[in-house]
Amino acid sequence: MLAAIAFYVLAAVAVISAFAVIAARNPVHSVLFLILTFFTAAGLFVLLGAEFLAMLLVVVYVGAVAVLFLFVVMMLDVDFAELKQGFLSYMPVGALVAAVLLAELVLVAFAASGARGAPLAIAETSGGVTNAEAIGLVLYTEYLLAFQLAGLVLLVAMIGAIVLTLRHRPGVKKQDISAQVGRRRSEAVELKDIRPGQGLG
Amino acid sequence: MGLDLTDYLPIVIFFAIALVMGAGFLIAAWVVAPKSPDKEKVSAYECGFNAFDDARMKFDVRFYLVSILFIIFDLEVAFLFPWAITLTDMPTETAQFAFWSMMAFLGVLTVGFIYEWKKGALEWE
Amino acid sequence: MSPDLDYIAWFGIDWPVEVEWALVKTGQILAIMILLLISLAFLLLFDRKVWAAVQLRKGPNVVGPFGLLQSFADFFKFVFKEIVIPAGANKTVFILAPLITFVLAFVAWAAVPWGPGIVIADLNVGILYLFAISSLGVYGIIMGGWASNSKYPFLGGLRSAAQMVSYEVSIGFIIITVLLLVGSLNLTDIVDAQREGIWMWHGFRLFNVQEFPSNLLVGAIMLAMLVMFFVSALAETNRPPFDLPEAESELVAGYQVEYSSTPYLLFMIGEYLNIVLMCAMTTILFLGGWHLPWGPVDHPALGMLVFYVKLWIMFFMFAMVKAIVPRYRYDQLMRLGWKIFLPTSLVAVAAIAYYVTFMQPAAAITAGG
Repeated sequence: MLAAIAFYVLAAVAVISAFAVIAARNPVHSVLFLILTFFTAAGLFVLLGAEFLAMLLVVVYVGAVAVLFLFVVMMLDVDFAELKQGFLSYMPVGALVAAVLLAELVLVAFAASGARGAPLAIAETSGGVTNAEAIGLVLYTEYLLAFQLAGLVLLVAMIGAIVLTLRHRPGVKKQDISAQVGRRRSEAVELKDIRPGQGLG
Repeated sequence: MGLDLTDYLPIVIFFAIALVMGAGFLIAAWVVAPKSPDKEKVSAYECGFNAFDDARMKFDVRFYLVSILFIIFDLEVAFLFPWAITLTDMPTETAQFAFWSMMAFLGVLTVGFIYEWKKGALEWE
Repeated sequence: MSPDLDYIAWFGIDWPVEVEWALVKTGQILAIMILLLISLAFLLLFDRKVWAAVQLRKGPNVVGPFGLLQSFADFFKFVFKEIVIPAGANKTVFILAPLITFVLAFVAWAAVPWGPGIVIADLNVGILYLFAISSLGVYGIIMGGWASNSKYPFLGGLRSAAQMVSYEVSIGFIIITVLLLVGSLNLTDIVDAQREGIWMWHGFRLFNVQEFPSNLLVGAIMLAMLVMFFVSALAETNRPPFDLPEAESELVAGYQVEYSSTPYLLFMIGEYLNIVLMCAMTTILFLGGWHLPWGPVDHPALGMLVFYVKLWIMFFMFAMVKAIVPRYRYDQLMRLGWKIFLPTSLVAVAAIAYYVTFMQPAAAITAGG
């Protein structure tokens, strides 16, 4: 009963905050609502028994991806009034994408309700194995290909980010730690014998 | 050890109590403390002059690069969690296979890391 | 209990029992929170006293005997001060930021086991929960820095975000090395894997002479991990020598410049609670949790006492570092995080995994699994 209440509360908050993401005027508020949506999604995962996924959702999406979003929105100084000018001209494309997405969702929903219970049933983890362990037991051996492909995707993302954003500013002085540490007394100090009253000259 | 939902309910209660307490502190000061704002008091802090313009400005793209790289490494850590806890649970042969499988994964990302290093993406200017 | 869609099964107990359970839990939570708040009051004083002692000063000594009531006096002063909200600030976010910091700092404690069986929520994924909550700490700071709409907080928030994010990666890898040795994400399991004595504590596996010579490899790596975890914890909580977000010589007080009264108080409580949380994580992961160096502890009250003492010892380390180490420069901080800690911890993960897979004695596997 309590779990049912929790489900409806979380689901309602998820839908409302997801709507607020696109409805909020201030982009920072949009991102904050997005974070709320992620959180409620994590709560729904917990209700489904997928606690490992729930935590990963928080770690990766809220702890990392949304930080980047917030960073960009807060600091990039984008003029949003100007951005909204072209809103109507993008309308047809946006509407098309939205329609396709909606159709897909409806199809999935009908497929799920067609075979009632079957697609929604949760794979039972046997013999007191937590779901993190259940993933660990198969991901690195049985699903090796998918796992390695994920590694390659991350590599591509890493290289892509560097190629796109890395710019070197000319004339920046850098600290060379190894040169600093590797300096010898003979390179740094020179002893001179100075006569009184004459100086180095 | 299966999943027990009653483990998560206390967190919700904890959250609610902490929220009430935090809000309580804010409201307490709101009620008790004097309120007499003036123009100087509510102006943004600066070193002896009035702030010129809006404080939010464009800044070095390097900060974005750091947070993108963070996302990638965070995902890498996420992949390591289930692996780390199951390595001892598997039969020896499988465990060794899983070990090498992860080493290949980490190897691929180490290539990226070396590229990053050589390109100077980790240097702060 | 297996999860299924028939929700009633979980809570199908009689209503009164359920209410009783909720009341007991609420009581426990309140007890933990009050314990934390009171400890915090004295830890704050302790921090200042240590700092003062290193500089041959007396520190706060006016309010109460030895200044013991200083933090309580400070608390009332905060409450009686005006809340100043800058004119250009974004009011909602400005007030929300300290609240988020405060709440998150508390909520993390729900999963921390204080002693055998003394834990509010004994999660299967406890360590992941702590990792997740501590990764959210950055929000309060960015939001506070941005909402103030003032130069210094903005720069402070920016620096802080990049810094916390950089060190979180190595914290993640370091946690993995411990998990490899334990084989569980549950915090109680992690502590109990170290129950035998100090030679099984993950920070001091060097002393585990029974496993000679592999203890030299594992011990050296894990000791290095302990040190790196401690240093990363300093960076993650913006403590000196990594307090660049609030370096007073450059940024006045960083993201907190525009905050006054209780909003500032919330930030401060949150910050110190995070420090204590990091002490708790170090204790749980590397220093045997509630177990004594010479043997296991199974009595809840004694366990809690041991854990509490360990927290204070760790906090003493934090306070000493603040007093004696000079501040880092930002480029040095990033270099340490990305170029030294990240590769080192990555290699450590590989080495420990190699040990667990190929070198660990069979007996240990069955005991640890």
